[in-house]
Amino acid sequence: MELIFAPYVWMVPAIPLVCFILLLLLRSVLAGRRAAIAGTIGSSLSLLLALFILIEQLPSGSDTLTWTFEWLHIGEIVIPLGYELNHLNMLMLIVITVVSLLVHLYSIGYMAKDKRLPTYYAYLALFTSAMLGLVLAPNLIQLFVFWELVGVCSFLLIGFWYEREAAKAAAKKAFMVTRVGDVGLFIAILLLYWHMPNHSLDFSTLAFVFESSSTLAQHGLSLGLATWIGCLLFAGAIGKSGQFPLHVWLPDAMEGPTPVSALIHAATMVAAGVYLVARTFDIFRVSETTMTIVMIIGGFTALFAATIALVQKDLKRVLAYSTISQLGYMMLALGLGSAAAAMFHLFTHAFFKALLFLGAGSIIHAVHKQDITEMGGLGRKLKVTAWTFAIGMLALSGIPPFSGFWSKEVILSLAWEQQKLWFVVAILTAFLTALYMARMFFLVFTGKSNSDKASPDIHEAPPVMTIPLLVLAVLSLISGFVYTPFAPWLEGWLGVASSEAHGPVWIMIASTLMGLIGLFIGYWRYGPARKPIPTSRTWVYRMLERKYGVDECYRWVIIRPVHAAASVCLALDRFIISGCVRLLERVVMQFGSGWQRIQQGQLQTYGVVSLFGFAVLAVLLFALRRGFW
Amino acid sequence: MSSMLASFLTLAAILFTIGCYGVLTKRSAVIVLLSIELMLNAVNLNLIAFSKYGIIPSLKGQVFSLFTIAVAAAEAAVGVAILIALYRKRGTANVDEYHELQS
Repeated sequence: MELIFAPYVWMVPAIPLVCFILLLLLRSVLAGRRAAIAGTIGSSLSLLLALFILIEQLPSGSDTLTWTFEWLHIGEIVIPLGYELNHLNMLMLIVITVVSLLVHLYSIGYMAKDKRLPTYYAYLALFTSAMLGLVLAPNLIQLFVFWELVGVCSFLLIGFWYEREAAKAAAKKAFMVTRVGDVGLFIAILLLYWHMPNHSLDFSTLAFVFESSSTLAQHGLSLGLATWIGCLLFAGAIGKSGQFPLHVWLPDAMEGPTPVSALIHAATMVAAGVYLVARTFDIFRVSETTMTIVMIIGGFTALFAATIALVQKDLKRVLAYSTISQLGYMMLALGLGSAAAAMFHLFTHAFFKALLFLGAGSIIHAVHKQDITEMGGLGRKLKVTAWTFAIGMLALSGIPPFSGFWSKEVILSLAWEQQKLWFVVAILTAFLTALYMARMFFLVFTGKSNSDKASPDIHEAPPVMTIPLLVLAVLSLISGFVYTPFAPWLEGWLGVASSEAHGPVWIMIASTLMGLIGLFIGYWRYGPARKPIPTSRTWVYRMLERKYGVDECYRWVIIRPVHAAASVCLALDRFIISGCVRLLERVVMQFGSGWQRIQQGQLQTYGVVSLFGFAVLAVLLFALRRGFW
Repeated sequence: MSSMLASFLTLAAILFTIGCYGVLTKRSAVIVLLSIELMLNAVNLNLIAFSKYGIIPSLKGQVFSLFTIAVAAAEAAVGVAILIALYRKRGTANVDEYHELQS
């Protein structure tokens, strides 16, 4: 079949980039609302093109379309730049462009009163472009460039309201913590560069070399080295995807504007880690150890973050921990050996988590606070938000026929077949997920408001904000059907090999039951007939509320010693090194100002001095001539 | 003959020293200018003495001294003009109050 649109896939990231440049250059023309509309048009063009390419790619097999040109010539080594289109990144393209467009649209309403609207849209466009470039990258170097660019955009957008101290601190924290992981990724790239034949970093070459331990040996790489490379790549993924122990930045990133949280910190950027692992999956699969590490980190994070989400009071923080937990789920699926399952969960999760975040934004827009214990009874006033939020909640809790059910079910049956222990962890996480979502939903939308002065002017958001909610609700409902036990179409289309077989039917029933029990307990405890929440807390609750003290641990183990060392160095620099310099300066100055006195501008004095000097010289000359010495 | 040269040179040296003393010590700029003239005339006297009693007597020295007198006249005119301008600007003719050279 003739491909018409696919060769133009480079325009999908290029259009938002052009938008970004225009928004920066034409600030006087594209001010206020016009900037928002320009950004939205740009991202919708991007989506349109991506959709055309998707339609074109749907029937064809799993062949890839690659195009590169020489970017750098270092000695004999060529570093190419270009794009590679396959079904894996096609899926990502669709997710990113859809969520990006909806967030652009939603922000018109949400950010309407902000003075720096053009800047905001410029950042959004740059982010979209960078993320699309990341998924289209044909080699690790280009991926790394866009990976960092995405990180910068995240930093800029978290700190968008930079007049708030908390936002500034959160932006810095996000940047620093992800940097820890990025160092790992960078070392992995260097190692690969060093050891790969021809220094090739193409994904296709990587897949070829790392296909099995025998091909590895053929190309002169040892299995131990492959394990190291895999672990270091995974460190990058841990940082970006907020896995334990580098998850601490993600909840704090909620200081940014809510649509940004939906786009970057729920649907797209944090999924970049999962995407990275799925893209370089052969490197992971070749080593048993790496896979075990991925599995342990993923499974542990899933459960760990879900328990923290149970007690958080901030609307967006609950969702942030939920995101961490779901990303852990994806990592667990990868560790269990199925990239298809992970990508499927990424796909469905992007829609319902974006929906939940945008719903949360709609709530914040209406009541101007984020503490869920102070809310209540909003369901009657915010009808659209409540219904769409309910759909998001059901999807996240894994209730059929919503999308989350299908993707969770795949992971659960995978776990059942591979490792029974992780099956228990996963299903426990599913139960906790349902519980904290129910807690949040019922506290916010039902019952009476806990704060006395319930303002009467609470009203639903404008259509420009509710339409994205409705679109995402529909997507959350239907996106699961691309990969059901009856029609596992997505897996064949993605063409990623996996040890796949659907588990017994009772797993479906069990996971549904777990979700329902969780929702029911949530309803019973926090529903309309809830008792006032007691103030005294058990130690478990306090421990969860302090997030297991991970932040405190970092403060004592890393931040404090570094600060102490830094202040010692500062004192050394300020008092010893700088002191020496200042002493020297003082001496020279004193010496100079002493001699300055002589220069008092009296011509006659100068005359006397020169006469005296002349006399001395004359006497000397005379004496030398006569040989007195 | 040579005793005549010595006495002329002694007179010139005395004149030059008086002029030099005046230039370096007097406060009034007019006196300073006068002292400079004195030094110039001491030089003239030297030139003439050497042209008359030197090893190779000739008229060159006397011609030189005529030139020097003319140049000294011009110099005096320029010097006094500058002095007047300075006096108008600063309201004083005392040399020690002209200390623009001070840093």
